[in-house]
Amino acid sequence: MNTNNSGHSVDIVEVTKTFANVTAVHKVSLNIRKGEFMTLLGPSGCGKTTLLNMVAGFETQTSGAIRIDGKDISDVPPFMRETGMVFQSYALFPHMNVFDNIAFGLRMRKLPAKEIKAEVERALDMMKLSGMEGRRVRQLSGGQQQRIALARAIVIRPKVLLLDEPLSALDKNLRLQMQVELKELHQKTGLTTIFVTHDQGEALSLSDRVVVMSRGEVQQVSAPIELYTQPANGFVASFIGEINALPKARCQKSGQDFRFEVCPEISLNGRQPARLELKDGQMVHIFIRPEHIEIAGPRHNGANIVKGNVAAHIYQGTHTQTRVNVPGIGLVELRTKGAAAIDQAPLGSEIALSVPLDEAVILPA
Amino acid sequence: MWRQTLFWVIVSCILFYMTIPAIVVVMTSFNPGEILSFPPNGFSLRWYEKALTYPDFRGAFRTGLIVALISSTLALVIGTSFAFLVVRYVFPGKNLLEGILSSPLIIPHFTTGFGFLLLGAHLNLNQTLTIIIMTHVVLVLPFVARAVYVSLLNIDPNFERSAANLGASPFMVLSRITVPLIIPGMAGGWLVASILSLTEFSASLYVTASRTQTLPVAMYNYIREYTDPTVAAVSALLIIATMLILMAANHFLGLRKILAIDSH
Ligand SMILES: Nc1ncnc2c1ncn2[C@@H]1O[C@H](COP(=O)(O)OP(=O)(O)OP(=O)(O)O)[C@@H](O)[C@H]1O
Ligand SMILES: [Mg+2]
Repeated sequence: MNTNNSGHSVDIVEVTKTFANVTAVHKVSLNIRKGEFMTLLGPSGCGKTTLLNMVAGFETQTSGAIRIDGKDISDVPPFMRETGMVFQSYALFPHMNVFDNIAFGLRMRKLPAKEIKAEVERALDMMKLSGMEGRRVRQLSGGQQQRIALARAIVIRPKVLLLDEPLSALDKNLRLQMQVELKELHQKTGLTTIFVTHDQGEALSLSDRVVVMSRGEVQQVSAPIELYTQPANGFVASFIGEINALPKARCQKSGQDFRFEVCPEISLNGRQPARLELKDGQMVHIFIRPEHIEIAGPRHNGANIVKGNVAAHIYQGTHTQTRVNVPGIGLVELRTKGAAAIDQAPLGSEIALSVPLDEAVILPA
Repeated sequence: MWRQTLFWVIVSCILFYMTIPAIVVVMTSFNPGEILSFPPNGFSLRWYEKALTYPDFRGAFRTGLIVALISSTLALVIGTSFAFLVVRYVFPGKNLLEGILSSPLIIPHFTTGFGFLLLGAHLNLNQTLTIIIMTHVVLVLPFVARAVYVSLLNIDPNFERSAANLGASPFMVLSRITVPLIIPGMAGGWLVASILSLTEFSASLYVTASRTQTLPVAMYNYIREYTDPTVAAVSALLIIATMLILMAANHFLGLRKILAIDSH
């Protein structure tokens, strides 16, 4: 099954899909490279499945084009598209056993029986399913069904592997394990993969690049690290990971020094953001992640220090999430290691927070 | 504890109430006397012998069987296409058809029979097997169509999409995925249809003649002339035959599937 170097590219060009009165996908353009693991991430109803269905040919786009290796496939019926789809519900054929399920695509291609047997066995082996050939699919656990669905899709050596939330039906431990296996499978096969999820953790850990979608439109296409550290807009900033959105601030620029006036009492020092040329007096949105805010010493009074009252501690084992009510800003969340913060800053007490803007996300308002 | 007892008492009462007519008929069939009477005053199998040898009943049973097999098979073909149409395509009047499929029938059997009697006279087909079969198809069609309709609705559309995705042409999807998945529904519909056809009386009364009468009509004609328990024996035999068919179906297909409780 070593199909390395056999990846295919997928180009989605200005694709729009309108159902009776909803626009499910709006002018989406994506270039997915050979062998790339591309994830479509977004909230429920943002058009992920619809986009995947158009690549597989189950839906026809209202406008735009879809190309595989540069060739427009809009007129190719689903059964000739050579995409391998894994459905969220797995859609294993209930009237067939494991072997027949995996062999289905090969039989449709009229391969000789001996070859089919060898291919299916190889796929079973790869998915750690050896010995299950004769089992009815209904008797299998969620994780096993998931593997069979994957085996069934890769055994036909598709040009693109399409995965529609394949892990969402599994419990947490199994999901983490399958994430690892999926990653390994991708490395082994080198298949161009489009993976759909609404779990941002999954997206960040698996993908070469992530497409964040909202209401049918692409918000950002980036590698995971860039997505987390440099979200392109407020939607992405708040959708990926947890983040504090501060009230709109006025930028005061003098030379290379930047100050952001969040409210009359609070101004924070910062620097020129990476991809934004700020003008004096411009309004901006500042986003800052909980792990970048710290509890400052009690007598601390320097720059970027704000004061507030502790409203809640949420202990989560490796860290504690603390909620502080800061006059002029509102509730601010911060994250500290272990449980130290719970003793250090009792509920209701006033504490000082250090809010450096070095890693904050600053976007034009 | 007493709740459970109460539950079983109620269930037994309902079962008894539902089966009491059949029990009375079966008991009467063992009556040695020449008169239909209940309770029986002895035990004898003579009316069973009569039932199995009486030429009218033998002929009527054969006719009824032919009619049942042909009409339920025709109904299966028509009903399956009908169900496919309603489930898979959008067309004007679809909602009406769907309504017909999912609500009980409103045309009484005798109306259907009477209608076909008049139509048969017009077409010069009266009292032929053709007109009887036509009548029975109309009567059993909704049951077959409904059984297939329910099983089609129960198929996850992703099964068919997945098959297409794996390279199956529309014909292959139909023959390898869709049809195998609705076979239990089709078999169940067909079975119910044949049993209904075999025991249908009121419409058949209009469209049959003594030469082409089906079993229930022959039984009715018999009971108008004779008062012995032969008819009770025929009834008992019919009950046994139906039970055997259902048990066989259960064994080979699973009653859950036949009754479309669990579609796949
Ligand atoms: N066949 C259809 N007819 C009408 N509207 C549809 C159809 N399919 C999808 N939609 C609409 O298109 C939008 C996008 O749906 P889609 O299933 O692609 O979302 P999704 O991102 O996959 O969501 P989820 O995470 O819940 O699976 C939704 O508003 C949905 O209601
Ligand atoms: Mg979806």
